[in-house]
Amino acid sequence: MTTKTTTRITPAKGGVGESPLRPDGVPKLKGTFEYAQDLHADQMLWGATTRSPHPHARIVSIDVGPALAIGGVHAVLTADDVPGRATFGLEHPDQPVLASDEVRYWGEPVAIVAAEDEPTARLAAAAVRVEYEVLEPNVDGDEAERRDDTFRRMRIRRGDQEVQGEVVVDGYYEVGMQDQAPLGTEAGLAIPDGNGGVDLYATSQFVHVDQEQVVASLGLRPDQVRAHPTGIGGAFGAREDVNLHIHLCLLALYTGKPVKMVYQRSESFTGHVHRHPARMWYRHHANRDGTLIRVEARVVIDGGAYASTTAAVLANACYFSVGPYRCDSVSVDGVGVRTNNPPCGAMRGFGAVQVCFAHEAQMDKLATELGIHPLELRRMNALTTGDHMPTTGQLIETPLPTREVIDSLEAMPIMDDGPPDDVTQLPGGTGLTTEPGDVKRGVGYALGLKNLGFSEGFDDFAQARVRLTEEGAIVETAAIEVGQGLVSVLAQIARSGLGLSRAVVKHVDTSRIESAGSTSASRQTQVSGGATLEAATKLRQRILDAHGGDDLNDSGVWRGGELVVGIEELAEAGWEETVTFRHPPTYAPDEDGQGVVHADFAVAGHRAVVDVDPDLGLVKVHRVDTSQDVGRALNPESIRGQIEGGIMQGVGLAIMEELVIEGGVIKNPNFTDYLLPTILDAPDVEALLIEEDGSWGPFGAKGVGEPPTISSTAAVAAAIRDATGRPVTRVPVRPQDIAIG
Amino acid sequence: MIVSFKLNGEETTARVTGPLSLLDMLRDEVGLPGSKSACEQGECGSCSIVLDGELVCSCLVLAGDVEGSEVTTVEGVAGADVLHPVQEAMHEAGAVQCGFCTPGFVVAAVDLFESNPSPTTSEIKEALAGNICRCTGYGAIIRAFEQLAGRGT
Repeated sequence: MTTKTTTRITPAKGGVGESPLRPDGVPKLKGTFEYAQDLHADQMLWGATTRSPHPHARIVSIDVGPALAIGGVHAVLTADDVPGRATFGLEHPDQPVLASDEVRYWGEPVAIVAAEDEPTARLAAAAVRVEYEVLEPNVDGDEAERRDDTFRRMRIRRGDQEVQGEVVVDGYYEVGMQDQAPLGTEAGLAIPDGNGGVDLYATSQFVHVDQEQVVASLGLRPDQVRAHPTGIGGAFGAREDVNLHIHLCLLALYTGKPVKMVYQRSESFTGHVHRHPARMWYRHHANRDGTLIRVEARVVIDGGAYASTTAAVLANACYFSVGPYRCDSVSVDGVGVRTNNPPCGAMRGFGAVQVCFAHEAQMDKLATELGIHPLELRRMNALTTGDHMPTTGQLIETPLPTREVIDSLEAMPIMDDGPPDDVTQLPGGTGLTTEPGDVKRGVGYALGLKNLGFSEGFDDFAQARVRLTEEGAIVETAAIEVGQGLVSVLAQIARSGLGLSRAVVKHVDTSRIESAGSTSASRQTQVSGGATLEAATKLRQRILDAHGGDDLNDSGVWRGGELVVGIEELAEAGWEETVTFRHPPTYAPDEDGQGVVHADFAVAGHRAVVDVDPDLGLVKVHRVDTSQDVGRALNPESIRGQIEGGIMQGVGLAIMEELVIEGGVIKNPNFTDYLLPTILDAPDVEALLIEEDGSWGPFGAKGVGEPPTISSTAAVAAAIRDATGRPVTRVPVRPQDIAIG
Repeated sequence: MIVSFKLNGEETTARVTGPLSLLDMLRDEVGLPGSKSACEQGECGSCSIVLDGELVCSCLVLAGDVEGSEVTTVEGVAGADVLHPVQEAMHEAGAVQCGFCTPGFVVAAVDLFESNPSPTTSEIKEALAGNICRCTGYGAIIRAFEQLAGRGT
């Protein structure tokens, strides 16, 4: 089906297909790797933020006097001190840098301070006297929709809207608000350059977009603000949006001193956007033979107080609302509502996670109704290369091995022989609350589909520069390493493109290279990797042409078996190549949601095995096995790391991770009450990688970061249904949903 | 106040003002940023250190209380240019991603292997249950220490 020729791999030690040791592994293991939290500058001040204690209120007055009166305080700034654009936002600048007339969510920044040490800064932030007129928070999504208080509505209509199936199943589903909970909280350091400009070192997934927003709100020229990639402790979508970036630069330029800020954990829970909670209604129609005839869906997500990426998350939820299945009649209505709940935005899976839980529950319901095995029903309807997307109608041109994923998942033996003898491995864990004889085992399957790269006509590009130096090849980029292994894979791609075994990735600031785009949408291996490969292969060819060579390796340029130029000489010559890579173009959809909206797709499947204590409603996830479409595995160990980590977050959403919101207030903004999976919760994972040539990524690689998180939640929910017979229409599954139903 | 204690084998003094945690003292006063602050309440283990032979969360220890004590941090588990076998095992197994939890896992695992050189998988999990990792899903961490315990595949 696919005809694209994949670039030849030039042999080089440590190239693609291997899993070399991480270049940042040793400093991270020894504690010497520098994270944003660890930055220091002489004469540095500490920043802190005054936040709204109300989800909705009018600001009557702000008195900074009591804060300024504290010894060691250098600055207390409010909205009046923002010299440029008063607002920011990733897609729509609707969020105040500092609230001036009204606060719209709990924890919204109202003032910022800089002081000589951190305790003094926090004391001063607490001393800012803000008088509020408390307003009723709008926290009801239905009410917001009735008022048409929305960020976006989506309407998808494809095919004959009158067709009905012989069998129809309905369902109503709900997904709670998950938090990315990266271990490193938001942190950064801004250093004034003495000429009215500023250097920013802060936690980020996308430094160029931070830089643009700082420039706008500080009213500076673009060349006056440089955003530097810095070490960060995880991201998972939480670091796409600006939080402390503009604040730090404001304080640094106001005081003329470097200013550092580190959010505490409770503050971090209000300082970044979360995964959208969703409510979904579905109706699936099928013929008696199992052919999917029509899917109708309604998807409501709560975007909270400000836009962030709600419009794009909603669109994605709608585009992937059917899953990886052929269906020629589709009707989807979606809405992203605006409330006074915490703002939501990007989190790993970006809308596809929520709908996957629903469409997979529906597929199982349909399978039961039809008396067909759940995997067989999925296989019969599997979407693949040459088919049209059920929602947008887009022809799928890159490889989509849905059938292979299903077949391989089915063929994997369940490496588990029943409930364990060790009672601590039962659902009650070390609490020893579970009677072994009562344990019910369940097995569930789910498939998920996700776009790779940015969609809907967004100009998605990445620049990379490959230079030949005495240290070997250097890949310069502003693409952020969030932990996924970008620093390994870009170096591997450079080695295989050049035919040289020495290559390292070096991060450079926004003034020294153009954007690499965000480290999100599973895109950097494909997009920054694409730029790196093109730069490396062009550079190799230019060097060979210049010296009439027929081979380049670690010794130098060769011609007819003779070394003609040594590698040292090449390094001295200062060879370099800069490439901006763009993936195939995408377009905004028409009014029916139709069109070429996405650049590439990936499919994955999960099989979960759970033990359930039906009386106490406790769940132990034993295994989650998976088969994933990866295009070409450039670094198998890193992929395994993404798969196991993504599954763990999916299991978290299935059974424990939820921000509890009451009246717009987060009731559990800490690691004691927001439950994260520990090593005792980790399921065993067997992972199969499905490789196929034909994607436009380097050597045919596809992004791998998000698929593990998409259908793992749904598979665990399916396994709990299998064990208990309960409908399980909501995740996280709560004990009462199992014990009482 | 000034506290004197043995830090990674060397006599050390540090200035302590107010209710400073041992973690903040290590990071900000002593200049050892390897121990990480992630939850500030003893839930995540990122700040794990060994205090007088006990594995503890340094965010829960008052700095003033370590007078006369012995403290080992991630910076002290191996010499400057070498890796401890625990670190080597993690490196080779791909158990490091963002790395923010890594120092805490290193310190906790060194503590485990010193008392039990060949732990079972259950013992490994129990010993590391106080350390949260958000990236790896723990698989590579478990494999690293199974390998080190001599029972890996």
